[in-house]
Amino acid sequence: MQTASYLDATFAALADPTRRAIIARLTQGEASVMELARPFDMSQPAISKHIKVLEQAGLVSRGQDAQRRPCRLETKPLAAATTWLEHHRELFEARFARLDSLLEEMKAERGIAKRKPTPRTAKSKGARK
Amino acid sequence: MNVQSNLKNAMKLAPQGDREVVVVRTFDAPRDLVFEAFTRPELIKRWMLGPDGWSMPVCTIDARPGGKGRYEWANAERKAAMALTTTFKEIVAPERIVHTEKFDEDWTQGETTITTLFVEKAGKTVMTMTIAYASAEVRDMVLKSGMETGMARSYDRLEDILRK
Repeated sequence: MQTASYLDATFAALADPTRRAIIARLTQGEASVMELARPFDMSQPAISKHIKVLEQAGLVSRGQDAQRRPCRLETKPLAAATTWLEHHRELFEARFARLDSLLEEMKAERGIAKRKPTPRTAKSKGARK
Repeated sequence: MNVQSNLKNAMKLAPQGDREVVVVRTFDAPRDLVFEAFTRPELIKRWMLGPDGWSMPVCTIDARPGGKGRYEWANAERKAAMALTTTFKEIVAPERIVHTEKFDEDWTQGETTITTLFVEKAGKTVMTMTIAYASAEVRDMVLKSGMETGMARSYDRLEDILRK
């Protein structure tokens, strides 16, 4: 099993708004660095740096065309990170839903205990009138 | 339970830093009851179950600092099992539990340290659970492999044993 912390890199890569915007653009299809830089008030080298981070995280790959090296989105790392989080989310949601029910029971028990009627004082037999 | 209350109590789960995952959830109950539900085995067995199909045949806890606990889950249909051992580092009723967990199968390569805090506000309890993995690499591996892999491995091991 790979031990590379590529998922760590994934989260780090996604932590930046510019990189998230780049990823969003790439979901619509591949693009050159120049095309990706256009919407940002940022130099091409600056955008290239962001793309490098995404490449290192395995989220983006570059085409082999010597002239244009288009950037492409690689979805596997995203899918992997999402799967674990989703699984744990579901697991915890289910557990806490059960805990909600249990707590309602426990609260009710406590309530009932408070409402227990106090035993009536027994009238002594042969009490004098 | 009304929808409003459901939304307000909704769970939040997210990675934090390079090696933690944080879970926050609010419960409509006083803190001492929630704390009990987290520390009494007969209560834990009622809710700390796995996904559908999994039961919890073993749940023992010595809820004192240094005390050990043992949780075992089983899936009869898949003939799979999962088990872990816990050690309580701190236990301060009704506000804090710090414990470590280590799966038998140890596909997380080490212990995770879990800090669970309970804060009461107007009759409700906010639970914040911080799960800290042994290292960034371990957290990533867990993120990558997911619990399914751990369960699949348990099943494989059982098959091996049955084949002998």
